[in-house]
Amino acid sequence: MSTGIEAQGVAPGVDVQTHGTRRSYLVGLGYAVILTLASFWASSSDLIYSPGIPILLGVLAIAQMGVHLVFFLHISSAPDQTNNVLALAFGVFVVGLLVFGSMIIMAHLNHNMMPMDRLIQMQR
Amino acid sequence: MSAAEQALESGDAVPLSLRGPAPTRVVAGYGFWLFLLSDIIIFGALFAAFAVLCGETAGGPTAAGLFDKKHVLIETACLLASSVTCGFGSLAVQSADKSSTYFWMAITFILGVTFLILEVSEFSHMLSIGAGPSRSAFLSAFFTLVGTHGLHVTVGLCWLIVMLLQVATLGFQPMVSRRFFCFGLFWHALDIVWIGVFTIVYLGAHL
Repeated sequence: MSTGIEAQGVAPGVDVQTHGTRRSYLVGLGYAVILTLASFWASSSDLIYSPGIPILLGVLAIAQMGVHLVFFLHISSAPDQTNNVLALAFGVFVVGLLVFGSMIIMAHLNHNMMPMDRLIQMQR
Repeated sequence: MSAAEQALESGDAVPLSLRGPAPTRVVAGYGFWLFLLSDIIIFGALFAAFAVLCGETAGGPTAAGLFDKKHVLIETACLLASSVTCGFGSLAVQSADKSSTYFWMAITFILGVTFLILEVSEFSHMLSIGAGPSRSAFLSAFFTLVGTHGLHVTVGLCWLIVMLLQVATLGFQPMVSRRFFCFGLFWHALDIVWIGVFTIVYLGAHL
């Protein structure tokens, strides 16, 4: 906050550090590249027990989202970030409910539904 | 460092009621972050629809036959690289460096356009082989999810042009640099959504 205009709207003694450094972006890029290549490799690998691959892909994707949040979006435990972290937790909660809730409900409905050919027969 | 400064640093020693108003940049960032989370919830709904419908191909083309992994890897590389150049660009904005802002943001723009061109070429190829959104529920869900992401990238690119024009005409006023900060958040959030897209839609297809 060096310029006079920039000090407008800033409480005294507070220095806002919402940007990273060039180095933090490069570290983030390194992690992201490794995780991306790992998930592309894992998706067609014969080395891994195949029923475990979706779980591995999920773990790699969540790890990469974490890397992006920390190194690119600069979400941290800093005091001025508390609200952002709380909002993020709520967002993740809602997305989790939405995605897994829909999948569970639709799988149950699908399971309980009569096979289509018999349904058509009944309507005759 | 004085005791008061130390207290401010640690953040918990000063009661919330005595801390005074948060800086405008923090408040603006928080508001924009709330918008981004609501946007991510929209994508969550589209992901849920895709997850439910991805098996319903109605006898049409399946995911495994349609998607080319190399193509997706190049798209991912474009988006990831543009995220980093956007980060460098926002560092340049912060230090009020006009020429390197233009430089990094121009690279960000070019990478974003490359991503869009790749995506459009994929879509037009799919349409040409009769795998359009009206073919099956799976393809409807696919085009909605990936198309919405592409639409966001398009809007982001338009926003980037407007921001560069604002830097050219208004200079690095606090208002302009705050908007640039929000643009950076938007661009990085799109990259996070893309991680979900390539993992679930493209890599999930080959399992």
